[in-house]
Amino acid sequence: MSTENAKVVELISPFTPRRYRVEHVQRELSDTVTLTLAPVDGARPAFVPGQFNMLYAFGVGEAAISISAGGAGNGAFVHTVREVGAVSGAIARLGVGAMLGLRGPFGVGWPFLSAVGGDVVIVAGGLGLAPLRPVIHAILSDRNRYNRIAVLFGTRSPVELLYRHELESWRQRLDVEVEVTVDHADAQWHGHVGVVPSLIARAGFDPQRATAFVCGPEIMMRFTVGALRDAGVAAQRIYLSMERNMKCAIGLCGHCQFGSAFVCKDGPVMRLDAVADILAVREV
Amino acid sequence: MQELEQILAEHPFFAGFESAHRHLVAGCARNHRFDAGRYLFREGESADEFFLIRHGRVALEIASPGHASIVIATLGAGDIVGASWLVSPYRWNFDARALEVTRAIGIDASCLRCKCDVDHDLGYAMMTRFLPILVNRLHATRLQLLDVYGKR
Repeated sequence: MSTENAKVVELISPFTPRRYRVEHVQRELSDTVTLTLAPVDGARPAFVPGQFNMLYAFGVGEAAISISAGGAGNGAFVHTVREVGAVSGAIARLGVGAMLGLRGPFGVGWPFLSAVGGDVVIVAGGLGLAPLRPVIHAILSDRNRYNRIAVLFGTRSPVELLYRHELESWRQRLDVEVEVTVDHADAQWHGHVGVVPSLIARAGFDPQRATAFVCGPEIMMRFTVGALRDAGVAAQRIYLSMERNMKCAIGLCGHCQFGSAFVCKDGPVMRLDAVADILAVREV
Repeated sequence: MQELEQILAEHPFFAGFESAHRHLVAGCARNHRFDAGRYLFREGESADEFFLIRHGRVALEIASPGHASIVIATLGAGDIVGASWLVSPYRWNFDARALEVTRAIGIDASCLRCKCDVDHDLGYAMMTRFLPILVNRLHATRLQLLDVYGKR
Protein backbone atom coordinates (compact mmCIF):
# COMPACT_ATOMS: atom_id res chain seq x y z
CA MET A 1 0.00 0.00 0.00
CA SER A 2 1.39 3.39 -0.93
CA THR A 3 1.98 6.00 1.76
CA GLU A 4 -0.84 8.11 0.34
CA ASN A 5 -3.27 5.18 0.37
CA ALA A 6 -2.26 4.29 3.90
CA LYS A 7 -3.02 7.85 4.98
CA VAL A 8 -6.48 7.70 3.37
CA VAL A 9 -7.25 4.37 5.02
CA GLU A 10 -6.09 5.75 8.34
CA LEU A 11 -8.30 8.81 7.96
CA ILE A 12 -11.46 6.92 7.14
CA SER A 13 -11.05 3.83 9.28
CA PRO A 14 -13.29 3.96 12.32
CA PHE A 15 -11.00 1.39 13.91
CA THR A 16 -7.98 3.64 13.98
CA PRO A 17 -7.56 5.48 17.26
CA ARG A 18 -6.24 9.04 17.11
CA ARG A 19 -3.84 10.22 19.71
CA TYR A 20 -5.13 12.61 22.36
CA ARG A 21 -3.29 14.16 25.25
CA VAL A 22 -4.75 14.62 28.70
CA GLU A 23 -4.85 18.36 29.10
CA HIS A 24 -6.66 18.65 32.40
CA VAL A 25 -7.86 16.33 35.12
CA GLN A 26 -10.72 17.28 37.42
CA ARG A 27 -11.42 14.96 40.34
CA GLU A 28 -15.22 14.80 40.61
CA LEU A 29 -15.79 12.00 43.12
CA SER A 30 -13.59 9.50 44.90
CA ASP A 31 -13.80 7.15 41.90
CA THR A 32 -14.68 9.57 39.11
CA VAL A 33 -12.64 12.09 37.13
CA THR A 34 -13.29 14.44 34.25
CA LEU A 35 -10.57 14.46 31.61
CA THR A 36 -10.08 17.16 29.02
CA LEU A 37 -8.51 15.53 25.96
CA ALA A 38 -6.78 17.59 23.30
CA PRO A 39 -6.09 16.14 19.84
CA VAL A 40 -2.44 15.58 18.99
CA ASP A 41 -2.93 14.84 15.28
CA GLY A 42 -5.09 17.50 13.67
CA ALA A 43 -8.40 18.97 14.68
CA ARG A 44 -11.06 17.41 16.85
CA PRO A 45 -14.09 16.17 14.88
CA ALA A 46 -17.48 17.72 15.52
CA PHE A 47 -19.86 15.95 17.86
CA VAL A 48 -23.53 15.97 18.77
CA PRO A 49 -24.54 15.97 22.48
CA GLY A 50 -25.29 12.39 23.45
CA GLN A 51 -22.61 10.77 21.31
CA PHE A 52 -19.70 8.77 22.75
CA ASN A 53 -16.05 8.07 22.01
CA MET A 54 -14.06 4.89 22.38
CA LEU A 55 -11.16 5.73 24.69
CA TYR A 56 -8.15 3.46 24.47
CA ALA A 57 -5.75 3.13 27.38
CA PHE A 58 -2.65 1.90 25.56
CA GLY A 59 -1.85 -1.66 26.44
CA VAL A 60 -4.97 -2.12 28.54
CA GLY A 61 -7.99 -1.79 26.31
CA GLU A 62 -10.85 0.32 25.05
CA ALA A 63 -14.07 1.56 26.65
CA ALA A 64 -17.04 3.53 25.39
CA ILE A 65 -17.30 6.82 27.28
CA SER A 66 -19.93 9.49 26.67
CA ILE A 67 -18.83 12.96 25.69
CA SER A 68 -19.64 15.18 28.64
CA ALA A 69 -18.69 18.48 26.99
CA GLY A 70 -16.65 20.02 24.21
CA GLY A 71 -13.52 21.79 25.35
CA ALA A 72 -13.88 25.55 25.53
CA GLY A 73 -12.67 26.71 22.12
CA ASN A 74 -9.54 24.54 22.05
CA GLY A 75 -10.84 21.57 20.09
CA ALA A 76 -10.84 19.23 23.06
CA PHE A 77 -13.24 16.53 24.18
CA VAL A 78 -14.34 16.31 27.80
CA HIS A 79 -15.09 12.89 29.27
CA THR A 80 -16.19 11.94 32.76
CA VAL A 81 -14.93 8.49 33.70
CA ARG A 82 -15.78 6.31 36.67
CA GLU A 83 -13.42 3.52 37.67
CA VAL A 84 -15.50 0.38 37.29
CA GLY A 85 -13.01 -1.98 35.67
CA ALA A 86 -9.47 -2.37 34.34
CA VAL A 87 -9.89 -0.11 31.31
CA SER A 88 -11.92 2.66 32.91
CA GLY A 89 -9.59 2.48 35.92
CA ALA A 90 -6.52 2.89 33.70
CA ILE A 91 -8.13 5.84 31.91
CA ALA A 92 -9.27 7.46 35.15
CA ARG A 93 -5.74 7.24 36.56
CA LEU A 94 -4.12 9.08 33.64
CA GLY A 95 -2.38 12.29 34.60
CA VAL A 96 -1.94 15.56 32.75
CA GLY A 97 0.28 15.04 29.71
CA ALA A 98 -0.51 11.34 29.37
CA MET A 99 -1.54 10.03 25.96
CA LEU A 100 -4.46 7.84 25.03
CA GLY A 101 -6.20 6.70 21.87
CA LEU A 102 -9.62 7.94 20.84
CA ARG A 103 -12.05 6.74 18.20
CA GLY A 104 -15.23 8.62 17.48
CA PRO A 105 -17.56 10.29 17.95
CA PHE A 106 -20.06 7.50 17.46
CA GLY A 107 -23.78 7.01 17.76
CA VAL A 108 -26.93 9.07 17.67
CA GLY A 109 -27.26 12.08 19.97
CA TRP A 110 -30.11 13.80 21.78
CA PRO A 111 -32.67 15.24 19.34
CA PHE A 112 -32.93 18.48 21.29
CA LEU A 113 -33.97 20.53 18.28
CA SER A 114 -37.21 18.52 18.19
CA ALA A 115 -38.01 20.06 21.58
CA VAL A 116 -37.79 23.66 20.33
CA GLY A 117 -40.90 25.59 21.31
CA GLY A 118 -41.89 23.12 24.01
CA ASP A 119 -40.93 22.13 27.53
CA VAL A 120 -37.86 20.01 28.25
CA VAL A 121 -37.51 17.55 31.11
CA ILE A 122 -34.03 16.18 31.70
CA VAL A 123 -33.80 13.31 34.16
CA ALA A 124 -30.38 11.99 35.18
CA GLY A 125 -29.29 9.29 37.57
CA GLY A 126 -25.76 9.14 38.94
CA LEU A 127 -23.14 9.26 36.20
CA GLY A 128 -26.01 9.56 33.72
CA LEU A 129 -25.68 13.30 34.16
CA ALA A 130 -22.46 13.19 32.08
CA PRO A 131 -24.05 12.33 28.70
CA LEU A 132 -26.82 14.83 29.44
CA ARG A 133 -24.49 17.68 30.31
CA PRO A 134 -23.75 18.70 26.69
CA VAL A 135 -27.45 18.78 25.85
CA ILE A 136 -28.08 20.96 28.91
CA HIS A 137 -25.28 23.26 27.69
CA ALA A 138 -26.80 23.34 24.19
CA ILE A 139 -30.30 24.12 25.43
CA LEU A 140 -29.16 26.75 27.92
CA SER A 141 -27.02 28.45 25.29
CA ASP A 142 -30.13 28.75 23.15
CA ARG A 143 -32.54 29.22 26.04
CA ASN A 144 -35.08 31.45 24.29
CA ARG A 145 -36.10 28.72 21.88
CA TYR A 146 -37.50 26.53 24.64
CA ASN A 147 -40.32 26.96 27.09
CA ARG A 148 -39.93 25.52 30.60
CA ILE A 149 -36.85 23.46 31.41
CA ALA A 150 -36.59 21.05 34.32
CA VAL A 151 -33.36 19.27 35.24
CA LEU A 152 -33.97 16.44 37.72
CA PHE A 153 -30.96 14.63 39.12
CA GLY A 154 -30.81 11.69 41.50
CA THR A 155 -27.74 10.24 43.09
CA ARG A 156 -26.75 7.98 45.94
CA SER A 157 -25.71 10.51 48.57
CA PRO A 158 -24.61 14.15 48.84
CA VAL A 159 -20.92 13.22 48.49
CA GLU A 160 -21.73 11.57 45.15
CA LEU A 161 -23.02 14.79 43.58
CA LEU A 162 -21.51 15.08 40.12
CA TYR A 163 -20.72 18.56 38.72
CA ARG A 164 -21.72 20.08 42.06
CA HIS A 165 -20.69 23.64 41.15
CA GLU A 166 -22.31 23.49 37.75
CA LEU A 167 -25.56 22.20 39.25
CA GLU A 168 -25.45 25.12 41.65
CA SER A 169 -24.92 27.61 38.83
CA TRP A 170 -27.85 26.13 36.90
CA ARG A 171 -29.96 26.25 40.03
CA GLN A 172 -29.24 29.95 40.46
CA ARG A 173 -30.71 30.72 37.06
CA LEU A 174 -34.33 31.77 37.18
CA ASP A 175 -35.15 30.19 33.84
CA VAL A 176 -34.33 26.58 34.77
CA GLU A 177 -35.87 24.36 37.45
CA VAL A 178 -33.16 22.20 38.98
CA GLU A 179 -34.08 19.56 41.55
CA VAL A 180 -31.61 17.17 43.12
CA THR A 181 -32.51 14.17 45.23
CA VAL A 182 -30.37 11.64 47.07
CA ASP A 183 -31.13 8.12 48.24
CA HIS A 184 -29.29 8.55 51.51
CA ALA A 185 -28.90 11.90 53.23
CA ASP A 186 -26.57 13.18 55.90
CA ALA A 187 -27.33 15.86 58.46
CA GLN A 188 -25.95 18.62 56.21
CA TRP A 189 -28.27 17.79 53.32
CA HIS A 190 -31.31 20.03 53.08
CA GLY A 191 -32.61 18.87 49.71
CA HIS A 192 -34.89 16.07 48.60
CA VAL A 193 -34.47 12.49 49.76
CA GLY A 194 -35.94 9.74 47.62
CA VAL A 195 -35.68 8.30 44.13
CA VAL A 196 -35.49 10.59 41.14
CA PRO A 197 -38.81 9.47 39.51
CA SER A 198 -40.59 10.95 42.53
CA LEU A 199 -39.50 14.44 41.40
CA ILE A 200 -41.34 14.17 38.09
CA ALA A 201 -44.84 14.70 39.44
CA ARG A 202 -43.64 17.84 41.25
CA ALA A 203 -41.68 19.34 38.37
CA GLY A 204 -43.20 22.25 36.52
CA PHE A 205 -43.77 21.21 32.91
CA ASP A 206 -46.65 20.66 30.55
CA PRO A 207 -46.72 16.94 29.71
CA GLN A 208 -48.59 17.59 26.48
CA ARG A 209 -45.74 19.66 25.05
CA ALA A 210 -42.75 18.27 26.91
CA THR A 211 -39.84 16.30 25.54
CA ALA A 212 -37.94 14.17 28.04
CA PHE A 213 -34.29 13.13 27.93
CA VAL A 214 -33.36 10.41 30.40
CA CYS A 215 -30.03 8.82 31.27
CA GLY A 216 -28.93 6.62 34.12
CA PRO A 217 -28.86 2.97 35.11
CA GLU A 218 -31.48 1.05 33.11
CA ILE A 219 -33.49 0.18 36.18
CA MET A 220 -33.70 3.86 37.10
CA MET A 221 -34.76 4.67 33.54
CA ARG A 222 -37.54 2.06 33.68
CA PHE A 223 -39.02 3.69 36.77
CA THR A 224 -38.48 7.16 35.34
CA VAL A 225 -40.24 6.25 32.12
CA GLY A 226 -43.17 4.96 34.17
CA ALA A 227 -43.42 8.25 36.05
CA LEU A 228 -43.15 10.28 32.84
CA ARG A 229 -45.88 8.19 31.19
CA ASP A 230 -48.05 8.52 34.32
CA ALA A 231 -47.58 12.28 34.12
CA GLY A 232 -48.85 12.21 30.54
CA VAL A 233 -45.69 12.48 28.43
CA ALA A 234 -46.08 10.59 25.14
CA ALA A 235 -43.68 7.71 24.45
CA GLN A 236 -42.74 9.43 21.19
CA ARG A 237 -41.33 12.32 23.17
CA ILE A 238 -39.26 10.33 25.67
CA TYR A 239 -35.64 9.58 24.79
CA LEU A 240 -33.28 7.31 26.69
CA SER A 241 -29.53 6.87 26.46
CA MET A 242 -28.88 3.17 26.70
CA GLU A 243 -25.78 1.87 28.42
CA ARG A 244 -24.65 -1.34 26.81
CA ASN A 245 -21.27 -2.97 26.37
CA MET A 246 -19.95 -1.48 23.15
CA LYS A 247 -16.91 -2.84 21.39
CA CYS A 248 -16.58 -1.95 17.70
CA ALA A 249 -18.85 1.12 17.97
CA ILE A 250 -20.10 0.80 14.38
CA GLY A 251 -22.63 -2.05 14.58
CA LEU A 252 -20.42 -4.87 13.35
CA CYS A 253 -19.44 -6.96 16.35
CA GLY A 254 -22.87 -7.38 17.93
CA HIS A 255 -21.72 -6.80 21.50
CA CYS A 256 -24.32 -4.13 22.09
CA GLN A 257 -27.20 -5.72 20.20
CA PHE A 258 -30.49 -4.62 21.69
CA GLY A 259 -33.30 -6.47 19.96
CA SER A 260 -32.96 -5.65 16.29
CA ALA A 261 -30.88 -2.55 16.98
CA PHE A 262 -27.28 -1.94 17.89
CA VAL A 263 -26.89 0.55 20.70
CA CYS A 264 -23.58 1.87 19.32
CA LYS A 265 -24.97 2.62 15.87
CA ASP A 266 -28.72 3.11 16.35
CA GLY A 267 -28.25 4.66 19.79
CA PRO A 268 -27.12 5.23 22.44
CA VAL A 269 -30.03 7.70 22.40
CA MET A 270 -33.22 5.81 21.57
CA ARG A 271 -36.84 6.84 21.48
CA LEU A 272 -38.98 5.08 24.06
CA ASP A 273 -41.62 3.79 21.66
CA ALA A 274 -38.86 2.12 19.63
CA VAL A 275 -37.46 0.20 22.60
CA ALA A 276 -40.36 -0.02 25.06
CA ASP A 277 -41.19 -3.64 24.18
CA ILE A 278 -37.69 -4.88 24.92
CA LEU A 279 -36.75 -2.49 27.70
CA ALA A 280 -37.84 -4.89 30.40
CA VAL A 281 -36.94 -8.11 28.58
CA ARG A 282 -34.25 -10.08 30.37
CA GLU A 283 -31.10 -11.17 28.57
CA VAL A 284 -31.54 -8.68 25.73
CA MET B 1 -65.86 23.71 57.01
CA GLN B 2 -66.86 24.95 53.55
CA GLU B 3 -63.36 26.33 53.09
CA LEU B 4 -61.77 23.05 54.24
CA GLU B 5 -63.93 21.12 51.80
CA GLN B 6 -62.76 23.38 49.02
CA ILE B 7 -59.12 22.90 50.03
CA LEU B 8 -59.62 19.14 50.11
CA ALA B 9 -61.23 19.24 46.67
CA GLU B 10 -58.15 20.96 45.29
CA HIS B 11 -55.69 18.48 46.81
CA PRO B 12 -54.52 15.78 44.35
CA PHE B 13 -55.35 13.04 46.85
CA PHE B 14 -59.05 13.85 46.60
CA ALA B 15 -59.21 14.22 42.82
CA GLY B 16 -62.45 12.55 41.69
CA PHE B 17 -63.61 11.94 45.25
CA GLU B 18 -67.40 12.01 45.67
CA SER B 19 -68.49 15.29 47.20
CA ALA B 20 -70.59 13.52 49.87
CA HIS B 21 -67.51 11.58 50.96
CA ARG B 22 -65.39 14.70 50.84
CA HIS B 23 -67.92 16.37 53.10
CA LEU B 24 -67.57 13.51 55.58
CA VAL B 25 -63.78 13.77 55.52
CA ALA B 26 -63.90 17.54 55.92
CA GLY B 27 -65.75 16.98 59.17
CA CYS B 28 -62.56 15.36 60.52
CA ALA B 29 -60.18 17.99 59.07
CA ARG B 30 -58.40 21.03 60.42
CA ASN B 31 -55.75 23.43 59.21
CA HIS B 32 -52.13 23.24 60.37
CA ARG B 33 -49.05 25.39 60.01
CA PHE B 34 -45.69 23.95 60.98
CA ASP B 35 -42.62 26.16 61.25
CA ALA B 36 -39.33 24.83 59.94
CA GLY B 37 -37.93 22.28 62.35
CA ARG B 38 -41.22 21.50 64.03
CA TYR B 39 -42.31 17.89 64.20
CA LEU B 40 -45.64 16.82 62.76
CA PHE B 41 -45.32 13.61 64.77
CA ARG B 42 -42.70 11.43 66.38
CA GLU B 43 -41.97 7.72 66.25
CA GLY B 44 -43.93 5.72 68.82
CA GLU B 45 -46.61 8.34 69.32
CA SER B 46 -50.23 7.51 68.69
CA ALA B 47 -51.09 7.94 64.99
CA ASP B 48 -54.20 9.95 65.59
CA GLU B 49 -53.94 12.32 62.62
CA PHE B 50 -52.50 12.23 59.11
CA PHE B 51 -51.61 15.19 56.88
CA LEU B 52 -52.17 16.42 53.37
CA ILE B 53 -49.37 18.84 52.53
CA ARG B 54 -50.52 22.02 50.82
CA HIS B 55 -47.24 23.94 50.82
CA GLY B 56 -43.79 23.22 52.19
CA ARG B 57 -41.64 20.14 52.69
CA VAL B 58 -41.52 17.42 55.31
CA ALA B 59 -38.75 14.91 56.08
CA LEU B 60 -39.49 11.40 57.29
CA GLU B 61 -36.71 10.48 59.69
CA ILE B 62 -35.52 7.67 61.88
CA ALA B 63 -33.76 8.72 65.06
CA SER B 64 -30.47 6.98 65.72
CA PRO B 65 -29.12 7.30 69.27
CA GLY B 66 -25.77 9.02 69.30
CA HIS B 67 -26.07 10.02 65.66
CA ALA B 68 -27.93 12.54 63.56
CA SER B 69 -31.38 11.44 62.45
CA ILE B 70 -31.48 9.54 59.16
CA VAL B 71 -33.75 11.09 56.57
CA ILE B 72 -35.40 8.35 54.55
CA ALA B 73 -37.68 10.46 52.35
CA THR B 74 -38.86 13.99 51.80
CA LEU B 75 -42.42 14.86 50.89
CA GLY B 76 -43.85 18.02 49.38
CA ALA B 77 -46.98 19.79 48.22
CA GLY B 78 -49.63 17.32 47.11
CA ASP B 79 -48.19 14.48 49.19
CA ILE B 80 -49.69 12.61 52.14
CA VAL B 81 -47.76 12.32 55.38
CA GLY B 82 -48.56 9.31 57.53
CA ALA B 83 -50.11 5.90 56.92
CA SER B 84 -49.82 4.35 60.38
CA TRP B 85 -53.31 5.61 61.23
CA LEU B 86 -54.60 2.85 58.90
CA VAL B 87 -53.11 -0.10 60.70
CA SER B 88 -53.50 -1.18 64.31
CA PRO B 89 -51.94 -0.41 66.81
CA TYR B 90 -51.91 3.07 65.16
CA ARG B 91 -48.43 4.19 66.19
CA TRP B 92 -46.01 6.24 64.06
CA ASN B 93 -43.01 4.35 62.74
CA PHE B 94 -41.02 7.48 61.85
CA ASP B 95 -40.54 11.07 62.86
CA ALA B 96 -41.96 13.67 60.48
CA ARG B 97 -40.24 17.08 60.60
CA ALA B 98 -41.07 20.22 58.66
CA LEU B 99 -38.01 21.32 56.66
CA GLU B 100 -39.55 24.69 55.90
CA VAL B 101 -42.77 26.46 56.78
CA THR B 102 -45.37 23.85 55.91
CA ARG B 103 -49.12 24.22 55.58
CA ALA B 104 -51.17 21.07 55.79
CA ILE B 105 -54.63 19.73 56.39
CA GLY B 106 -54.71 17.30 59.29
CA ILE B 107 -57.35 14.57 59.26
CA ASP B 108 -58.38 13.21 62.66
CA ALA B 109 -57.73 9.48 62.33
CA SER B 110 -60.18 8.07 64.85
CA CYS B 111 -62.93 10.34 63.47
CA LEU B 112 -62.27 9.10 59.94
CA ARG B 113 -61.88 5.47 60.98
CA CYS B 114 -65.32 5.63 62.63
CA LYS B 115 -66.86 7.13 59.49
CA CYS B 116 -65.19 4.49 57.31
CA ASP B 117 -66.58 1.74 59.58
CA VAL B 118 -70.07 3.15 59.17
CA ASP B 119 -69.79 3.93 55.45
CA HIS B 120 -67.81 1.21 53.73
CA ASP B 121 -67.95 3.06 50.41
CA LEU B 122 -66.02 5.86 52.06
CA GLY B 123 -63.58 3.33 53.50
CA TYR B 124 -63.13 1.76 50.06
CA ALA B 125 -62.57 5.18 48.47
CA MET B 126 -59.92 6.00 51.07
CA MET B 127 -58.20 2.63 50.61
CA THR B 128 -58.11 2.92 46.82
CA ARG B 129 -56.29 6.23 47.26
CA PHE B 130 -53.93 5.16 50.02
CA LEU B 131 -52.85 1.84 48.56
CA PRO B 132 -51.17 3.27 45.43
CA ILE B 133 -49.29 5.71 47.66
CA LEU B 134 -48.09 2.90 49.90
CA VAL B 135 -47.13 0.72 46.95
CA ASN B 136 -45.26 3.58 45.25
CA ARG B 137 -43.34 4.27 48.44
CA LEU B 138 -42.51 0.60 48.81
CA HIS B 139 -41.22 0.57 45.22
CA ALA B 140 -39.21 3.72 45.86
CA THR B 141 -37.71 2.23 49.01
CA ARG B 142 -36.70 -0.90 47.12
CA LEU B 143 -35.08 1.22 44.44
CA GLN B 144 -33.15 3.09 47.13
CA LEU B 145 -32.03 -0.22 48.61
CA LEU B 146 -30.79 -1.39 45.21
CA ASP B 147 -28.22 1.41 45.22
CA VAL B 148 -28.62 1.75 41.47
CA TYR B 149 -26.33 4.74 41.04
CA GLY B 150 -23.23 3.01 42.40
CA LYS B 151 -20.64 0.87 40.65
CA ARG B 152 -22.18 -1.90 38.59
